[in-house]
Amino acid sequence: MNSAVIVFPGTNRERDMVLALSAAGARPVEVWHRETRLPAVDLIVIPGGFSYGDYLRAGCMAGHSPIIREVKKQAEAGVHVLGVCNGFQVLTETGLLPGALLRNAHLKFICKDVHLKVENNGTPFLSGYESGAVMSVPVAHHDGNYFADEATLDALDGEGRVAVRYCGPDGTVTRYHNPNGSQRNIAGIYNKRGNILGMMPHPEDAIDKLLGGIGGKPLFDGLAGALGPTS
Amino acid sequence: MKAKIHVTLKNGVHDPQGQAIGHALESLGFDGVGDVRQGKYIEIDLVDSTEAAAQEKVAAMCRQLLANTVIENYIIEIDG
Repeated sequence: MNSAVIVFPGTNRERDMVLALSAAGARPVEVWHRETRLPAVDLIVIPGGFSYGDYLRAGCMAGHSPIIREVKKQAEAGVHVLGVCNGFQVLTETGLLPGALLRNAHLKFICKDVHLKVENNGTPFLSGYESGAVMSVPVAHHDGNYFADEATLDALDGEGRVAVRYCGPDGTVTRYHNPNGSQRNIAGIYNKRGNILGMMPHPEDAIDKLLGGIGGKPLFDGLAGALGPTS
Repeated sequence: MKAKIHVTLKNGVHDPQGQAIGHALESLGFDGVGDVRQGKYIEIDLVDSTEAAAQEKVAAMCRQLLANTVIENYIIEIDG
């Protein structure tokens, strides 16, 4: 399996992402935002950070960069795309995923570990988890408050496109475990086809026991397993 | 010609920044403060010759970049 990690000016989680992908055998290469071509890969990752300083809106400028046109083309051709944190914001700004990420409801930047319930493990992204499993991974964001209109939320729920929800350690989903005001505790969603996942929490920062836990590791191992052995 | 664009959150989209501004105004002693909504103001100098052409161009700018129409409304004023 081969993967590409897109790097914008202001991206700051690309190294963590490369380490996580490498550890899973996903052979990542970094691709600068001015490039107009992507190498042949099985997975494209848009990592976290503050692309273009979050000018205008978080993820907005990156959503109009040259490389994103190529990412869109590849996504439409069925290549898997993972957007984490700022990457999720970029995916909503480009329209590859529905909804938008608003300022956190309490207006504060949050940086802490949260629990996520795996709602749909039927894609390569979450195939490393049992359905209903609870993982512990960190969040670090200011604009992670997922918003979509009711019809869109109903469609996401009805079509099994909510990937992960904020929950308690035992998997109960309540507003007390919602760190940012996201509607229906949504932490991550799929596109219709299931080849794009956007999520606010950082699985790439939970792959090592020495650094606090391995709650995110099955995501990368699952991806590498599902998208093929290293070619 | 100058375009003046206001971008605000749609009704029904929670605006915690607007709410915090409202609380701050109350704590400063301003009474009678109702709902507060905040947003962005953008000015663009244009060389278009007619107001209609400018209006059309700026509306396209709003749809494609300046506003996220999932969550935001925009109002355009053209000054000749």
